[in-house]
Amino acid sequence: MPSPYGPKAEAGPPGLAAKLLGFCEELRSEGVAVGTSEILDAFAALEQVPWTSQDDFREALAATIAKSQEDRRLFELLFERWFFRSAEAAAIERGIDETAQRQAGGDRLDIDELREQVRQAIIEGNEGEMRDLARLAIAAFGRQGEGSGVVGVDVQRIRRTLGLSAGTQAPAEDSAAEQVPIDRDQLNRFERHLRRELERDLIERTSTLPPSRPLAELDRALPTNPTQDLAAVHRAVSQMKRRLATLGHEQRGRRRGQSIDVRRTMRASLETGGVPMHLRYRPKRPRRPEIYVLCDVSTSVTSASVFFLSVLHALHDSFRKLRSFVFIERISEVTDVFEHERDFRVIAKRISSEGGVADVSGYTDYGRVWLEFLGQISDELDPRSTVIVLGDARTNGREPHADVFAQVSERAGRLFWLNPEPKLYWNYGDSVMAAYERYCDGAFECWTTRHLENFVNVVAGGVPAAD
Amino acid sequence: MADGSVAEVKDALAQAGYLADESAALVSFLAQRLGKPVLVEGPAGVGKTELAKALSRATDRQLVRLQCYEGLDEAKALYEWNYRKQLLRIQAGGEDCWEDVHGDIFDKEFLLERPLMQAIASPEPVVLLIDEIDKTDQEFEAMLLELLSDFQITIPELGQVSATTMPIVVLTSNNSRELTEALKRRCLYLWLDYPGLEREMEIVRLHTPELPEALARRLVEVVEMIRALDLKKPPSIAESIDWARTLLLMGAEDIDRKTFEQSMSIIVKHRTDIDLVAERVGVKLAEPVRPQG
Ligand SMILES: Nc1ncnc2c1ncn2[C@@H]1O[C@H](COP(=O)(O)OP(=O)(O)O)[C@@H](O)[C@H]1O
Ligand SMILES: [Mg+2]
Repeated sequence: MPSPYGPKAEAGPPGLAAKLLGFCEELRSEGVAVGTSEILDAFAALEQVPWTSQDDFREALAATIAKSQEDRRLFELLFERWFFRSAEAAAIERGIDETAQRQAGGDRLDIDELREQVRQAIIEGNEGEMRDLARLAIAAFGRQGEGSGVVGVDVQRIRRTLGLSAGTQAPAEDSAAEQVPIDRDQLNRFERHLRRELERDLIERTSTLPPSRPLAELDRALPTNPTQDLAAVHRAVSQMKRRLATLGHEQRGRRRGQSIDVRRTMRASLETGGVPMHLRYRPKRPRRPEIYVLCDVSTSVTSASVFFLSVLHALHDSFRKLRSFVFIERISEVTDVFEHERDFRVIAKRISSEGGVADVSGYTDYGRVWLEFLGQISDELDPRSTVIVLGDARTNGREPHADVFAQVSERAGRLFWLNPEPKLYWNYGDSVMAAYERYCDGAFECWTTRHLENFVNVVAGGVPAAD
Repeated sequence: MADGSVAEVKDALAQAGYLADESAALVSFLAQRLGKPVLVEGPAGVGKTELAKALSRATDRQLVRLQCYEGLDEAKALYEWNYRKQLLRIQAGGEDCWEDVHGDIFDKEFLLERPLMQAIASPEPVVLLIDEIDKTDQEFEAMLLELLSDFQITIPELGQVSATTMPIVVLTSNNSRELTEALKRRCLYLWLDYPGLEREMEIVRLHTPELPEALARRLVEVVEMIRALDLKKPPSIAESIDWARTLLLMGAEDIDRKTFEQSMSIIVKHRTDIDLVAERVGVKLAEPVRPQG
């Protein structure tokens, strides 16, 4: 039905129609029932909203095209891929235009002007504006020189160049006006936008997504049933055990001879008046555990964490020298639970009820987890230790502390990451997998026993199984 | 309600006591601009019905509500003849010839208008709420679909009744069954889910302004924590609001373990849910409250 109301919103950029059709086509290939009437409605709806507003644009399309919760989920996944780039370009263009107008003819981005706008948006708590300005700032600094490639660094660089900090500010040179101070929380929110936009930028530049992998199917394959394949998980893990065992021997072999345990030698010397008569050697087999497993049990990996827990269960079965930890906002050791309990269901229950994982928000704080892990365990890490992380690397916009993770990697012999999400989703949204992956000896998508076997194969020096 | 922009619609809804998120505001806006019905789906208690009510308040239109239930038929949804009154008329007619009587008793006067008819026949534009459509059967859905395409009803004895004004139509569904493709085609779609922390807090505070902010925040945090558990019936916004009122009555200052145990039955009702929540959430509350970070 044509609208009897007011004027149409301005037409979208050229090529939008074709793009929209392509988008619908791909949705269809994912199993979303997009018919002609949906497409016509979508065009009619787009006439009613300013296409330059990303939220309105997206919601108008979703309301006319995605007609179930499941449809909406697929819609979100594909939308980013199809429209982000053009929406971003539009926002940047618009931002520059507006700035230019305000500056009466100036055609370049003025840092002071930008700073003022950002401060204004921060103070008003205007999220949409902050996001647009974050893009603008990134575009502006991108033109000045290359980014460092590390998101966290770039965020701080941009923030400093904009002269933004929490607390009272020195007024800009040409204005004597008193500045309203911004607090840490407000600034954090802007930094979060910067981070998200930088990440998107990185994704745009570095990763090309496989065009037609059936997302829906990938998701359906996610394990949801607690004990499905517990046996298969155990099989894969015992394979891994054999491999890691030989690995340990190789390294010990290289380390010729035994080393003296100074502390124990000194203690023994007390009996002989302080003269070290009896040398004490370090035990041949290391006392300390060799494998450390850190397992994300937050809500974002709910469906996967059961699978993860069964991996943990199997690991404990195979390795005596194993310490396991679960985490959400904080880390908590659960080695005891596994050592004293055999029944998987009981274990899963005990971990969720008394794992001691202090979480009010249910949001994972990876950065904090590394800090805590390093604080508690780092002395015990040595080149023979293997660290395995099971998690989705979704930081919820919190500081990822990749530098701390790098330290863990440095001290441990080997560091592997098993991610319960299909690779396709990595680094999308708040996933910062790329930041961690570079410090890993291997990062694998892992949400089925097949993946687990594949991981074991690779660890064992074999060829990864074809997809 | 001014429907100039999405933001204006959102404001108007807020004025009417409904805090809409982006998608709810946009769909409300489009419904008016495009004259299309809206299908709102989502779990119970997330504000589906309230959205329609708020739209009626915000647009100053009368709300016409059809509450669906199993076995709802056209007589109860569209119209039916008032047999008692007709019978009286026939008896009163005495010797009149049948032709005359027949003409008389099938007059508007003897028609009982049900919600769908009311909405169509109304001289003023209304908001038509067809609540919990998933409780009806497919046959009813087909009838509805026809109505929503033509906005007219044919009464064999009287002829056609066509809408003279365009109603805003809101259909809600708790998702207890899949609706037909055809009906979905006709509609704009809105999925309402449990709100995020901030919006839920605003909603709770809107309904219980006396509740201190810190307590409201704690409340929604705990509710969110409970929703993350795998419950039969997770607490909805309605439960959050009820709980807020209860806490006010109890004069609670914080949600510690004791307060929680005393009032928990407000938010979780199933026996097994209660056990699970007590075990998982109650335990955590015993520990001193850690500041959010
Ligand atoms: N966005 C909102 N703003 C204000 N109140 C809301 C909002 N969403 C839900 N509520 C309140 O929550 C309660 C449940 O809403 P209701 O519409 O009955 O849920 P549903 O129809 O989805 O089952 C009502 O008291 C309603 O006022
Ligand atoms: Mg309802």
